[in-house]
Amino acid sequence: MELLSGNEAVAQGAWEAGCTIGVAYPGTPSTETMEEFAKKPDVYAEWAPNEKVALEVAVGASAGGARVLSTMKHVGLNVAADPLFTAAYTGVNGGLVVMVADDPGMHSSQNEQDSRNYAHAANIPMFEPSDSQEAHDFTRDAFGLSEEFDIPFMVRGATRVSHSKSLVQVGEKTPHELVPYSKSADKWVMMPIFAKPRRRDLNERLDRLSAWADECPYNRMELRDTKVGIVCSGASYQYVREALPEASVLKLGVVWPLPAGLLAKFAAEVDSLYVIDEASDYLSLQVKASGVEVAQTPEPLPRNGELSPAAIRAAFGLQGFDHEYAPTDVPARPPALCPGCPHRLVFKELAAMRAIVTGDIGCYSLGGMPPLNGIDTILCMGGSVSMSHGFELAMAGTEHRPIVGIIGDSTFAHSGLTSLLGTAYNKGAGTICILDNRTTAMTGKQGNPCNGVTLQHRPSREMNIEALIAAMGIEDIRTVDPYDRQAVRSALKEATANTDDLSVIVFRHPCVLLTKEKPAKVCMVDGNCSACGVCITIGCPALAKNPVTGQAEIDPDLCIGCGCCEQYCKSGNITREAR
Amino acid sequence: MNNQATTVLMCGIGGQGTITAASLLASTVTEYGLQVKMSEIHGMSQRGGAVTTIVRFGEEVHSMVCDEGQADCILSFETTEALRNVSFLKKGGALLVNQESIKPQSVLTGRAQMPHNMQQRLQNYGAKLIPATELARKAGTTKCANVVLLGALASTLPFEVEVWERVIASKVPPKTVDINLQALHLGMEAARS
Repeated sequence: MELLSGNEAVAQGAWEAGCTIGVAYPGTPSTETMEEFAKKPDVYAEWAPNEKVALEVAVGASAGGARVLSTMKHVGLNVAADPLFTAAYTGVNGGLVVMVADDPGMHSSQNEQDSRNYAHAANIPMFEPSDSQEAHDFTRDAFGLSEEFDIPFMVRGATRVSHSKSLVQVGEKTPHELVPYSKSADKWVMMPIFAKPRRRDLNERLDRLSAWADECPYNRMELRDTKVGIVCSGASYQYVREALPEASVLKLGVVWPLPAGLLAKFAAEVDSLYVIDEASDYLSLQVKASGVEVAQTPEPLPRNGELSPAAIRAAFGLQGFDHEYAPTDVPARPPALCPGCPHRLVFKELAAMRAIVTGDIGCYSLGGMPPLNGIDTILCMGGSVSMSHGFELAMAGTEHRPIVGIIGDSTFAHSGLTSLLGTAYNKGAGTICILDNRTTAMTGKQGNPCNGVTLQHRPSREMNIEALIAAMGIEDIRTVDPYDRQAVRSALKEATANTDDLSVIVFRHPCVLLTKEKPAKVCMVDGNCSACGVCITIGCPALAKNPVTGQAEIDPDLCIGCGCCEQYCKSGNITREAR
Repeated sequence: MNNQATTVLMCGIGGQGTITAASLLASTVTEYGLQVKMSEIHGMSQRGGAVTTIVRFGEEVHSMVCDEGQADCILSFETTEALRNVSFLKKGGALLVNQESIKPQSVLTGRAQMPHNMQQRLQNYGAKLIPATELARKAGTTKCANVVLLGALASTLPFEVEVWERVIASKVPPKTVDINLQALHLGMEAARS
């Protein structure tokens, strides 16, 4: 037995099934799945620039006959939705499994959408494991089932399954022969003349899948006290077992299509049938649609946020554990840009300019936190670039503050690129700042097209951001060292002064987390600090305001000697010195 | 109510080594043939944010999360995080707290204040305060403060010292084995004193 996270178990299960190709874009809580898969012997794994590309590569690999795994987070599945829906029509050649990890409770995401709705909407069967053993077993089996039913299979992860560890009985690898490819327009060319009959074929495949769902070993009826019967899946199953150990449970391992026969059988066994959903009404609606009667819990379940055994107890009118009440005077501790983050000053200067800043996903979302407060909006990957174009359109012809889009290098490659192309093509205005820190920092320093580091460290090439932007026809392009306050300020001033045209500033400096060496310098405050508090406003975690004197203090253990604060000290009381 | 599993909640700040400590506990537990679940939150929380890791173990373990009033032990790597999570402690449960305080950014920048009288308040909840950083320095490096705290936790759990030692020796980098074993013992002694 091995102690594996849900993500590690998915990677292991895929490898055991003879899956040899993996394609993904990183995103919490899915990221480690592909990182772990990439370490297995005799596999090829790559980071794609985005999830749509990843899934298209995966469909191609499947058509070519290989077993292939594609992984992404829930919002990434939105990006991949275009190929996903039609891949249900084409079906597969080699087994194709898509692992999507949801984030109920939004620990690291901008929304808490339920990917099970995609399974239903796209007509793609979906497994939902409730622990690492199931994550392993379901993924392993999904490849063969994908080939048997000629359809991709999805496996739904979620933070509490993907990022929780439990013991797994692992197995051996079963080698898989490449399935021969033969040209077949009615299967692979999805234009109306072929797609229409393929849609009818999909109906037949779905009918077979529905029958299979009723018979398969992945859905399990656990009869205990039959007064209360609960239908649930995933982490919710574990919460139900914890909260209501005596209740009967229909535990669904396949959450689309639902086993209509088994649901009716379970409904007949129990006095009242309840459905436990987490931050969603997906399962309740589907169970009701299958024709069984669903009872209301005495108290409503939470409509949003993570579920817990306590929430389920409360819904059934049961007491929780006795406990102390958490004190109310504990200050919050949200994440912050790292000490010495090379891109901190860009936010500081934009706030000083009172620019309207459209932000994006990744570390740079943290530039929106106090005291920097450097961001007006965050929507989705690449949204900064297109939203700034929209702001410019709406405010054209009015006196308005500078409009600036802020995006990281990996996010730019993901979808900022096409957004920028749209602005350039339509002769839009505004300023786009690409904060190039040479890595995908927030998800754990993955490679991307801008830094040319690949998942399995194969030889690669770096994308030349400036040349690419120039090729779009954008003329006003600057490359700036973001540690240099004066250069940052001048570049922003000049670029935003050009109100009729589109300008791009590439602020380039590697992420501090990429350096393993101890910093050579440290910033020091001398005794003459005037307590003006300006340096504090850059929001560096190494800087503190003395609560009594108001003077600045620098924590030498956190300081990397970047000198950002030094440039904001008007009286010259901060100096950079050798350690 | 199914409450047979033992629940340990570890809390601290991203980068303090809570996940490593939780992994060492989980590995120790599996040496006894028990079921174990360990749930962690990473991602955004790596950038100096508050983190919690939960380890639950026993003959049968369902939930991987901890409800309020369910933790048999809270092992806190920092004082304010201990206060933040105190509602998760079971009545009569063990509260082991590194006596170090780390100010969140809102306090560093003067927008908020640290809670007053923290050590006394924690002691009123029954906390045992551990000078983990100081003991870690004594063991060889402040980086092993997480193993000092793990030692303090070990003193409240029914697992043999030899098993903890074996697990730690097999999981930490070879060059740091002696330092980490020393840290484990210093933590155990501190919790008993």
